[in-house]
Formats: sequence, structure tokens, C-alpha cells
Amino acid sequence: MSTALASMFATARHAGRPVFMPFMTAGIPDQDSSPAVFEQLAADGADAFELGIPYSDPLMDGPVIQAASARALDGGMTFLGGLELAGRVAGSTGKPVIVMTYVNPILQAGPDAFAAEAAALGIAGVIIADVPFEESADIQAALAGHGIGMALFAAPTTDEQRLRAIAEAQPSFIYAVADLGVTGRRQETSRHLEGLVRRIRAVTSVPIVLGVGISTPAQAETAAAIADGVIVGSALVAEVLEEGAPRSGAAFAAAVHGTAR
Amino acid sequence: MSDTSFPDATGRFGPFGGRYAPETLMAALAELEAAFRQAWADPVFVSEYHRWLREFVGRPSPLYEAVGLSEALGIRILLKREDLNHTGAHKINNTVGQGLLAKRMGKPRIIAETGAGQHGVASATAAAALDLECAVYMGAKDMERQGLNVVRMQLLGTEVIPVTSGAGTLKDAVSEAMRDWVGSVASTHYVIGSVVGPHPFPLMVREFQKIIGEELSEQLGDVKPDVIVACVGGGSNAMGIFYPFLDSDIDLVGVEAAGKGIETGKHGASLGHGTPGVLHGARTYMLQDDQGQVHEAHSISAGLDYPGVGPEHAYFQDAGLARYESVTDREAVEAFHLLSRIEGIIPALETAHAIAWLQREAPALAGKTVVVNLSGRGDKDVQEVVGLSSDPGL
Repeated sequence: MSTALASMFATARHAGRPVFMPFMTAGIPDQDSSPAVFEQLAADGADAFELGIPYSDPLMDGPVIQAASARALDGGMTFLGGLELAGRVAGSTGKPVIVMTYVNPILQAGPDAFAAEAAALGIAGVIIADVPFEESADIQAALAGHGIGMALFAAPTTDEQRLRAIAEAQPSFIYAVADLGVTGRRQETSRHLEGLVRRIRAVTSVPIVLGVGISTPAQAETAAAIADGVIVGSALVAEVLEEGAPRSGAAFAAAVHGTAR
Repeated sequence: MSDTSFPDATGRFGPFGGRYAPETLMAALAELEAAFRQAWADPVFVSEYHRWLREFVGRPSPLYEAVGLSEALGIRILLKREDLNHTGAHKINNTVGQGLLAKRMGKPRIIAETGAGQHGVASATAAAALDLECAVYMGAKDMERQGLNVVRMQLLGTEVIPVTSGAGTLKDAVSEAMRDWVGSVASTHYVIGSVVGPHPFPLMVREFQKIIGEELSEQLGDVKPDVIVACVGGGSNAMGIFYPFLDSDIDLVGVEAAGKGIETGKHGASLGHGTPGVLHGARTYMLQDDQGQVHEAHSISAGLDYPGVGPEHAYFQDAGLARYESVTDREAVEAFHLLSRIEGIIPALETAHAIAWLQREAPALAGKTVVVNLSGRGDKDVQEVVGLSSDPGL
């Protein structure tokens, strides 16, 4: 388990201040401006980052993040380039960076070589969209060997038996998928939100971070009231794609931290 | 000796297969596996499936002695006529099975992906007959080259949804169908069209397609073929005809798309020229770069235009249970013309790849007996092929 992530969640819990963890695709609006996007989000109040490494076949992602991935890849971003950017952002912001990827690039590099590279770059954790806990053991062990944390998912469709097995695998945190469906903006707060968090809390004290479909500060505030952290992705990514910079980072940070007026 | 007990409990065929899926789908995959195993062990379900195959699909499909082609190539050639099935290809064996399973699971809606349109049409057909709602994801590029099948699906009451992400081909249609399923899983069954995807799909589609080889085994009687050959995109028709013969000493040959030529990089030969990786939920051979980004495939045939392949074929290749060759677009089109003129059978461009391999290997196969899985008919490809005769790039 990554000490950076453990201490971040411990501090957050102690202070009763949930973690704001924006998701941002590496390499948008373009390679040169990408670091500044993360730095601005840090200034806006991000506690950590989920840095999305663009992938050719992003199965779990909706249209906004698909478009972001395609633009980043067209602009020359690569898997290794994404890792290097993650290291640079960790250095310049001092915040933990968790990289989000699909499993195939990790398997091509080899889990151990990947973990060594990520550790050398100062990456705190890894989220793999298409790895459920059944397929996670080898990769999680390789990461742990280099002091890097791994998140596992729980979804509204995950039953109690699976939740227990996921908790027993001791992830750095549980990425609770707040809504069915791929990543993307939603009009309404998911009706699954509270029930899912309650069911996870009933079986484990592992930190819970809510993501998928949280696209307004009001939704983020609702999520923050019950979770240890909140991920906001497509809403911010869309702003970077359309305007070159994330406009509402500060509003989301305030909503999550409970300092919104 | 082969291990026909595969896949194991984790959905693996040796080192291939598995269940690399978003957590949101894991419950549905477990539910599907349980429902399939229970149904497949239930004589009532199995006999209902066989009744549909008999009365609706028109099985058994004939085994036809292709005298003209045999004489032309100096090989005894038998054609397993899957092109004579209702809707014109082997795909319907699987969609009827999965459609019946969807009904049994109480899911009122099915979704499917399609490349050439054959699986889409077969899904739309099963949905109409079984009173299920149906949506089919199809690459925008494929919608252009397979316009006839788009109209057929619409006539059958199915919504055809164009996919513009990626290259707008089969790979992107699979991804988009999976995205739909992530959000609609409570009411929807995903009828995957080949032996690909996360466990239990490769197992289930194999089981619904192995009827091809089982019938063949009976129809052959005392005839003992030296070779069974089938085209391979995802690999469902090849799996269907190979599987019952794994323990025989018959040479099982899958033919992949060499596209514009292997050396150009524009091909669909995942087994012959790919490397192991995870695509669409399973570890298999696939086309990718050294950092694990998926390459676009290329084939004149939309059904073979796919950068992955069923994980059980990956296992067959590594275990030496089957071998995989490839032929180019040009060779496939030549074979398309040959079979049409000599036998009066217009094959699908996918199927023409298997014929093309025979044509190329004829000297080495002289005097032998070969069964070809004639997986589909070529009406859908007529326009494409006519347009090509003037294409200097082919």
C-alpha cells in the first residue's frame, strides 16, 4: 500500500475533509499545455490527481473521455509519455498522482517493469479500468513491491460477497462507481450513491472514493457528504477540450471540501 | 492430446481468455455464466434450441461434394454449406441460442455488434422471431460497405446505431456495444457474435456453434478428410467446425486476412502476426504496438477486419492443435470469382479466404480430401466486389 495515499486518506478522515481528486487525460489540450492543466487544478484545491493515460480502446469511457484520448494520441501522447507526465505533475504539485490506464499496456511492459518505472517517477497509485479483483493479484503484488497503491472498483451491481472479497484484497481505496454506465456527465445524482457507500462501509473501513457520473458541484457535494473522496472527470475534461483549461476546478474543490457558500 | 475441458473456472484456455471487464459487468457475466451452464444442462432448453435450428434455421446444413472445384484444383473438396442457413451464414446458430437464453433470463432487450452485418442480421432475425427488442452497433465504414445488411436489419425492426469512433469497423462496434451494456445490463443481454470477449462468451459461442462440426462428423460417415479449413476473424465458424475434431488427426487450418499483404502492416492476421495481449475482455493474440495500443486491422472483408481473435484459437495455436495461415484481399477476391463461376455458389468474402488458401496450396494438397466450412453466402459483397474490379490498389 502506498504510504502517500494512506497518509492522504488518514489526514482527510481525521480532518473530516474529503479528498478532491479530479480526473484529467494526459496530453490535452495538447502536450505542451497539459502540465499547466494539472497545476491549475492543484491551485484550485485538488488533493490528488487521477491522471488518465490515453488508450486506443477506452471501453469504460464515454464520449468526452474517448474524444480526449483520441486527441491526446493524435497529438503524440503515448503510454510512457503519460507516465512521465504523471511523474512531472507529482513533482511540480507535490500531490499524489494516481494513473488510470487499461490493462494491456501494463501487460506489454510487464507488471514488474511497469511498477519499477512508475515508482522511479514518483507515481502514488494505479487504477486499471478493465481489471476486476479476480484478475488483479499479480499486478497488485508487483505494484506493492515498489510501494505503489492500487484501487479496486465496486459498482451498484457488486453484491456483498464480492464486496468482501474486494475489501480483503486490501486496495489503497475503493473506487465506487456511482452510476451504471460509462464515464460521462449525468443530469441527476445517481440513486445508487448512498446505498452503495452504505454497503461498502458495512464490510470494510478502506477509503471510498466516488466517481463516474459526478458532473456538477451540487452532485459533488452530495457525494462528498458520504465518501472519503470524489472524482470528477468528464465535466472538467470537456472544459479543457472546449476552452483549453478547466474552468470549474475551484467550484468542484469547494463543493467537495464543504467550503462552498 | 487436447484438453477439451477448457475453459477452466477462471475462463482460461491455458494462458488465454479470462475476464478483463469493468466491475459494473462482473455481476452480469457471472449471472450469464450460471444461466448458460444451467440451460445447457437442461434437456428442455437444448431440445428447444435444436427445434429452432431445425425448423427456423433449416439445419442440418448439407455437406456438398464440390465436383467442379475438386477437378479444377486436383483436391477432393467437400463444402459444409452454412451459407444455406436462414439469413445466409453460420451466425444464426449462435443468435438463436443466445436469444433463447436472453428470454430464459428474463431480459427483454438484446444488443449486438456487427462487422459484415451477418451477425447483426442474425441477431435482428432472432430478436424478431423471439419477440425481443434489438439494437445493433455497426461501424460507419462497415455500414457503407454493407448497405444491404443495414436495410435488412431495419426491416426486421432493429435499430442500427452507427459507430464513428476509431476506424468505424468491427473493433469499435464491439467497444460501443460493451459501453451500452455497462449502462443497460439490468434489462439487456449482449449477444456477442464470435468466440471473443470476457468469459463466458468464448465458451458459450463455441457451444452454440459446435453443431457445425457435430453434423459434419455424422455426414462424413466413412469418409476421412485430411484437412478441415475455415476462415478466421473472431473465429466462430472455425471454432464451430474444429471443436468436435480436436482429438482427430485431421489437419485443422484457420485462414486469416492478410489484407493488402502482411509486409504492409495492413492486415487482420492476429494469430499469425500478432502478439499476446488483452482485447475486449480476454487475453489473446492481437495486433498492437510495443506500448500496448491496439492497431487497426485491415481486410477487404468486414468480418475479418478485427485486430483480435478468440482466446481458444490462441490456445489451439500455441498447443499445436490447429494452424493458422493467411491470404490477401486479392487472393480472396480471385477465389470469390472462382467459386461463383465453377460451383454456382457466391461465397461471402470472409469465406472466400478459405477457398483462396485451397487454391494457393492446391499442389501440396493434391489427391487429399478437404472439408471447407462455407460459412456464408456473398450476396452482401456483390456490390463491393463489382466496385473493386476497377481498383488498381487491390
